[in-house]
Amino acid sequence: MSDELLPHGHPTRAPASQRGRTAEVLEHAKTLGKEITATIDGREITVPLGTTILEAARKLGIRIPTLCYHEDLCLAGVCRICVVEIEGQRTLQASCSYPITAPIKVSTHTAKVRRARRHILDLMLANHYGECYACSRNGNCELQALAEEYGVDYFRFGRMERPKYEIDMSSHALVRDMNKCVLCRRCVRTCIDLQEVGVLEAIDRGSHIKIATFGDKPLADVVCISCGQCINRCPTGALRANDNTDEVWEAIDDPTKHVVIQTAPSPRAGIGECFGLPPGVPMTFQMNTALRYCGFDRVFDTNFAADLTIIEEGTELLKRLHKALTGEEADGNENARTGPLPQFTSCSPGWIKFAEHFYPDFLDHVSTCKSPQQMFGALLKTFYAEKAGIDPKNIVTVALMPCSAKKFECNRPEMCASGYKDVDYGLTTRELAKMIHEAGVDLPNMPKSDFDDPFGTATGSGVIFGTTGGVMESAIRTVVELVTGKKIENLFDHADVMPVRGFEGIRYAELPIAEIGSVPDIVSHLFKDWKWLTGATLKVAVAHGTANAKRVMEDIKSGGKLSECHFIEFMACPGGCLGGGGQPIPTSPEIRAARAKAIYDEDRAYSVRKSHENPALLQVYADYLTDGPCGHRSHALLHTHYTPRGKYIA
Amino acid sequence: MPFSTYLAKCPGRDEADEEVLLAQLDEVLADYKDVPGALIPVLQITQAIFGYLPETALKKIALALDKPYSEVAGVVGFYSYFTTVPRGKHLVRVCLGTACYVRGGKEVLAALKELLRIEVGETSSDRMFSLDVGRCFGACGLAPVIMIDDDVHQRVRPGQLPKILERYRSGSTSDDNGNGESDK
Repeated sequence: MSDELLPHGHPTRAPASQRGRTAEVLEHAKTLGKEITATIDGREITVPLGTTILEAARKLGIRIPTLCYHEDLCLAGVCRICVVEIEGQRTLQASCSYPITAPIKVSTHTAKVRRARRHILDLMLANHYGECYACSRNGNCELQALAEEYGVDYFRFGRMERPKYEIDMSSHALVRDMNKCVLCRRCVRTCIDLQEVGVLEAIDRGSHIKIATFGDKPLADVVCISCGQCINRCPTGALRANDNTDEVWEAIDDPTKHVVIQTAPSPRAGIGECFGLPPGVPMTFQMNTALRYCGFDRVFDTNFAADLTIIEEGTELLKRLHKALTGEEADGNENARTGPLPQFTSCSPGWIKFAEHFYPDFLDHVSTCKSPQQMFGALLKTFYAEKAGIDPKNIVTVALMPCSAKKFECNRPEMCASGYKDVDYGLTTRELAKMIHEAGVDLPNMPKSDFDDPFGTATGSGVIFGTTGGVMESAIRTVVELVTGKKIENLFDHADVMPVRGFEGIRYAELPIAEIGSVPDIVSHLFKDWKWLTGATLKVAVAHGTANAKRVMEDIKSGGKLSECHFIEFMACPGGCLGGGGQPIPTSPEIRAARAKAIYDEDRAYSVRKSHENPALLQVYADYLTDGPCGHRSHALLHTHYTPRGKYIA
Repeated sequence: MPFSTYLAKCPGRDEADEEVLLAQLDEVLADYKDVPGALIPVLQITQAIFGYLPETALKKIALALDKPYSEVAGVVGFYSYFTTVPRGKHLVRVCLGTACYVRGGKEVLAALKELLRIEVGETSSDRMFSLDVGRCFGACGLAPVIMIDDDVHQRVRPGQLPKILERYRSGSTSDDNGNGESDK
């Protein structure tokens, strides 16, 4: 998208520290030329001026250990584990933050370097409390891996005998255990630079330093949006999701409970990573079998609820459009209080909490639709309970989500449509992988099996909810077809709405609605005639990561181009749900791209790829939600409201 | 308004009502809110106004300068100049340099902690005394030494402390030339 749309002219997030570096490099380039040849471990490499030693070494296939360095974050250079020796320099240099601007000769593993790294590691271990075998990151911990790599077999500087800090369990979503913190500040940079929320900061100095919230308050009392991006980047077990597997096992083991699980699209694209598979190998149908082995009574597809969301949210959008274009409420009811445009999506609970904290004046723009997880939970304890003849109090609904904020969302007090919690427990992809391991199931080699009825297998539209732009693409497929009566394939090859795909931070698209076709029954009752929509141009935007969401919101606030949008998709996590705070660790742009590919491939493989063509969904409207999308029953079960929370106070 | 003018105008540690002080802070923030790099000067002025940095003031600053709370807290925590604990009327500093340490500075410190019921860096509940330690005041011949505000007290023994503190508490310290108790 063009720069003019953006208040600061940065199409994607470039943390301040890296913007500075680019300018410096250009200055040098005038005198030194654009490229430079350096020698690393006796091998020559020519790189663009300003390339760091670490980047150059990686190009040569030379491994330099890192800890504070992360591909998604700006440089910090604080952990020093990546030190290297440069010929002619007295002290060792941190290779992650040393730009090559001269023909230097670098050695990456001399005796001096190895001794220094081992010392750094020993010092970190002296301040690290906890036993590896009693840690959620056992086997997936960067500190543990480094200790193995450098042959640590005793504690040279002693070790902490007892914990120094209380574990912060206040949040439904995250647990902070600062006793395991190595002060790499990845979480600080994630929160403040990547997500622009700014909950965490390094407080005090020297041996007193620690990562803390404002006034060292518990996470539940600060503006944490529960996105969990810090968990995905924490090298140790200092940050983790609030694990609900014990409660879920307990429910499974209780014969009086009927335990059902709904699985979101993103975990399928990621869970293979927990079983040694490369990123981007979908495990959808193997996982269904594994879940039944674990003891879940029914396995449902959250994508069904995603399709439901499209119908509900699409209907809501049409009502808002009607009011904005004609000045009248859809059904002539003056008390309807239809919200303003642009309409914001409401699927991402991290984004919702972000909006409640930082943009409380815009909450009437957020769609009143619950997220797919909560819609499904509500339906399971009402429609499904009735159909299956089970008392809803005996139904335990579990949601497999790529997300830590979903744990916060399912505990919101307003999410009790049936009189019981819509969703009892939210599990992350990592937690489910643990359960599957514990059940002794070898996921990749499971036979494939389908989802259970009555919700069946959903559509391709539901699947792509897992990636940034997916909700928008699904909405476009459905709204355009419903309104124009034309096949979306006529506008976009294979119904792939390319303008909203990709990983650019903010994306914008326009769709002209030239004529109105025969509007199908499901929405036709909304308006007496549909002429008001003829010739309109649907303007949409997509933003992922709350830093980009903030940019969009500021543009809207200042009356910029994005304020003319009709519909905007917001996802709190970079890459959308597939990069969520509950997904397997580690994360990187490449891993997220591989997961996105798996999701788009799965979409292509579905025979039904549009929400409004989902037969199970139409059946639910015919049998249960009989007054149609956004009708009374759907409002009671599938819609919600939001809570303004102070900008900096929880 | 230049920074130095602000500092000169600040009332310091008097008994002004917090509402009044917060109103002063609002004026400062109105002047500084669009100035790049304003955080540290604003914090300095705020500390001069309140005598310390109360949480309410830090929240106001974060909102006005559009910075996350945590970033403000990080800066406050980094510089030892800033304090989030209210300072007492009198600052008691105990020397723990080598000479004072071996001549009983540690016992003096322990006695002060007990008398004031506070730890180092804290302020007594009546807000009369704050307790701090120092590393050599350059008066090793008089060890152990404590300083209260600008007064040096020499060869202090724990037993004398209640009497010394009482004189500050009652405000009758101006007539003894600031030299406190001698070792009689």
